[in-house]
Amino acid sequence: MAGSNPNAKPMNLTLKVWRQQNRNTQGNIVDYQVRDISPDMSFLEMLDVLNEDLLRKGDEPVAFDHDCREGICGSCNLFINGRAHGPEPGTTTCQLHMRKFSDGDTITIEPWRAEAFPVNKDLSVDRSAFDRIIQAGGYVSVNTGGVPDANEIPIPKSIADQAFDAATCIGCGACVAACKNASAMLFVSAKVSQLALLPQGQVERKTRVENMIAQMDKEGFGACTNIGSCAAECPVGISLENIAILNREFLAAKATSNNLA
Amino acid sequence: MSWLSNALTSSIGRKIIMAVTGLFLCSFLVVHLVGNLQLFKNDGGAAFNIYSHFMGTNPVIRTLEIGLLLGFAFHIYEAVALTGKNRKARGGQGYVANHIEQNSPWQSRNMGLLGTIILIFLLVHLYNFFYRARFGDLDPDINNNADLYTLVVSSFHQWWYVLLYVLAQVALCYHLIHGFKSAFQSLGLTHRKYTPLVTYAGYAFAVLVCAGFAAMPLYFFFQ
Repeated sequence: MAGSNPNAKPMNLTLKVWRQQNRNTQGNIVDYQVRDISPDMSFLEMLDVLNEDLLRKGDEPVAFDHDCREGICGSCNLFINGRAHGPEPGTTTCQLHMRKFSDGDTITIEPWRAEAFPVNKDLSVDRSAFDRIIQAGGYVSVNTGGVPDANEIPIPKSIADQAFDAATCIGCGACVAACKNASAMLFVSAKVSQLALLPQGQVERKTRVENMIAQMDKEGFGACTNIGSCAAECPVGISLENIAILNREFLAAKATSNNLA
Repeated sequence: MSWLSNALTSSIGRKIIMAVTGLFLCSFLVVHLVGNLQLFKNDGGAAFNIYSHFMGTNPVIRTLEIGLLLGFAFHIYEAVALTGKNRKARGGQGYVANHIEQNSPWQSRNMGLLGTIILIFLLVHLYNFFYRARFGDLDPDINNNADLYTLVVSSFHQWWYVLLYVLAQVALCYHLIHGFKSAFQSLGLTHRKYTPLVTYAGYAFAVLVCAGFAAMPLYFFFQ
């Protein structure tokens, strides 16, 4: 293996994994042993080893979500040892490596918990509530046509950077999973402030924040109490400042929009 | 006006009410503390009793008192409503292992607990001083004002009463450390230049106000 550490000793670990047949059944924690885990493996590769063992024994493998395994898709969402995406800050589960653990460790692995995020099976969670919030207003409407010139709309670098920072949200849901109130405010605020900062977002600025907050409440997410767990656990470092921007946008929209509902 | 009630019952709307009432109650703390500093005047309570007579009879103060009651009522009502909504959002099955203490401060997660301690204190406090000054039959002092001062001094000679007051001020201090800056965040009043100042001002406000209040029972107990 290129880049691997020849001195790294393989590890034996005890895993406490949440197993649940489907949405309608009760789940429980099941203990598993995994052996000869390389410290160079990612956390998901370690779970792949577990699943291969389970398949060999004729047991059902543990269901977990994953896609790009590059830290950008937001699929691999696991609550590891009491922390969203594990104890390493600024990291998705796929980018968490086994070198962060020690031989003989016990690792508890659970799915995201929130009323709005039902467990599909084992560690796999339904996050379609996020999709419906984005559908409610997290977009800009543009007429299709020829490709516009790159510099047709001037945007100052500082504004572009701030909008881009908000746009890096990968929608993984760690904010909801970590929040004491299962609030989706950090997720919603990232999209609202990204688009409120940019000229393209101005047309739908007021309806966007009103509709996204209405959908957020409808999905059953909690309210923000500014404890800051979301930003601390966010793998891409979305700042709490976005929530203040969201509050400001909401207040301004409610006070001045033409929407009487 | 359904747009207004919809806005104020949304999750952000409720937080805005929490913030506005919270900051309003902070302003009350300042007035209450400054007025009560007269307890430290060494005149056998004459100045304090004049002040308490004024606060109990002045029509402007009596009108503001209704506003204060509403401030408390809305702050408590929204706290209960938000706690219920947030518990429901968290869902039935909790985490088997949850180390939330590694990513957030204790006082921020326990505002409801701190608020409940403050409320219990407030009820005892209101019964012992406010109720008895307004509706009780306190003896008159040398200026023929109701002698609230003597009641305050005798109350603060009981150790358990002093203990309750000091513990309540510790709870209030932690409540304010989170609440003060949180109110600005909820109202969207953040700026890279001023938010650090708001945070420090919140700390200073919490410590100064609570130390001031706690000094009163301690002063009379150890006098």
